[in-house]
Amino acid sequence: MSETTGTGRVKRGMAEMLKGGVIMDVVNAEQAKIAEDAGAVAVMALERVPADIRAQGGVARMSDPDMIEKIKAAVSIPVMAKARIGHFVEAQILQSLGVDYIDESEVLTPADYENHIDKWNFTVPFVCGATNLGEALRRINEGAAMIRSKGEAGTGDISQAVVHMRKIGGEIRRLTSMREDELYVAAKEMQAPFELVKEVAQAGKLPVVMFSAGGIATPSDAALMMHLGADGVFIGSGIFKSGDPARRAAACVKATTFFDDPKVIADASRGLGDAMVGISVADIPAPHRLAERGW
Amino acid sequence: MKVGVLALQGDIREHFQALQECGVNPIAVRRPAEIEEIDALVIPGGESTTIAHLAATFGVFDLIQDRIRAGLPVYGSCAGMILLADRVLDAIAGQRTFGGLDITVRRNAFGRQVDSFESDITIAQLGTPAMRAVFIRAPWVEDVGPGVEVLASVKAPDGRNHAVAVRQGACLATSFNPELTGDNRIHRFFIAEVCKLAKPIK
Repeated sequence: MSETTGTGRVKRGMAEMLKGGVIMDVVNAEQAKIAEDAGAVAVMALERVPADIRAQGGVARMSDPDMIEKIKAAVSIPVMAKARIGHFVEAQILQSLGVDYIDESEVLTPADYENHIDKWNFTVPFVCGATNLGEALRRINEGAAMIRSKGEAGTGDISQAVVHMRKIGGEIRRLTSMREDELYVAAKEMQAPFELVKEVAQAGKLPVVMFSAGGIATPSDAALMMHLGADGVFIGSGIFKSGDPARRAAACVKATTFFDDPKVIADASRGLGDAMVGISVADIPAPHRLAERGW
Repeated sequence: MKVGVLALQGDIREHFQALQECGVNPIAVRRPAEIEEIDALVIPGGESTTIAHLAATFGVFDLIQDRIRAGLPVYGSCAGMILLADRVLDAIAGQRTFGGLDITVRRNAFGRQVDSFESDITIAQLGTPAMRAVFIRAPWVEDVGPGVEVLASVKAPDGRNHAVAVRQGACLATSFNPELTGDNRIHRFFIAEVCKLAKPIK
């Protein structure tokens, strides 16, 4: 009997198990428990939610291992954690801590402005952000086992999440209508490997699970992203920066499952208290937009 | 025969595809009226806590439990196995299961995601070759009651053999996720052998 860990199927398969679910950002064990009780499929352990990173500035790094350990001990659902783009030592540390998924994330300050982590070198799977199909396929080529559309983290403004999901979906649909001999140019233009471009053109979808992230603050935001083709959603600041996190978390879980049933979403949206205040992406000068990190 | 896939959370699409390849036209079920009209049910892989939470929130938990007790043929993979177990170790406080299988399962028994693995397993009822099984944060069966047939076991990190595929009457469960590999023999077995026990609904 030959047992193998860290295969593509095992890494990508893990993301398949998260589909239709909500992954929530948490900064301590109490929040992780609230997320689990509300029906989150996984939690993302980090030191500051994106809204605070944005407000406080400074360099944002991988979380303290002690904090990650405490969250791991508090919940039975998968625990994810973020490493800086290109910071493969942070990723090695997270793998040694036994986190279930690593997010190589633009929400943290990048460590490398040219190279991403070579994710094939790891047993633990990675999720990476993307704003378009070419970026998604470059990450998959580097070994990412899951993609999330970036949106604009820490804003509570859904507009960029919509832009990125529509962009990726539109580019996939365009590929499916092309002749095979046109895919070479498409690959060149997207700066993506031809083999992956061809695979997407044939399947009509990415070869990995794609979630949506960055600006989701309400149950209806979550449902909107599901309609646009997301397999599930990440909610960062939107839950624990709101007035009643436990209720809002449970409401977003319901809306993600029943995204095509407006009555359920209407009921889920009642009496949730204040949503996060948020900040309009239009008011954020371009150099401070996190989605532009990653190459 | 109407085969439903419980469509609350998890790898629903993969089970759909596996069932379609077996010549079945499955339907997604998540509302009471949908669950009342099916002749068999598949519970997908996913997060058992999330699926149980959603089933309770949307008022289908007791209905599914009642239908399983009344003999509805049901197959669960991974999280689905946990939800079909009468007893769960390492559950969260208050975690409920539908039950139906007189087994005790241990959640995340093989470890965390870095310990998730593929392995060849042999199931006599499915013939040869061995099945390539994908275990993702998978549970194992800690012990089984007298009426439970063990279809496959693996030698686990604790040095003991643990059941990873079990059947009791019209209930079938696997720790692993055959829907991820394109090998549909488990689904075929479920449709051809287990669903034979379906009782006509009124």
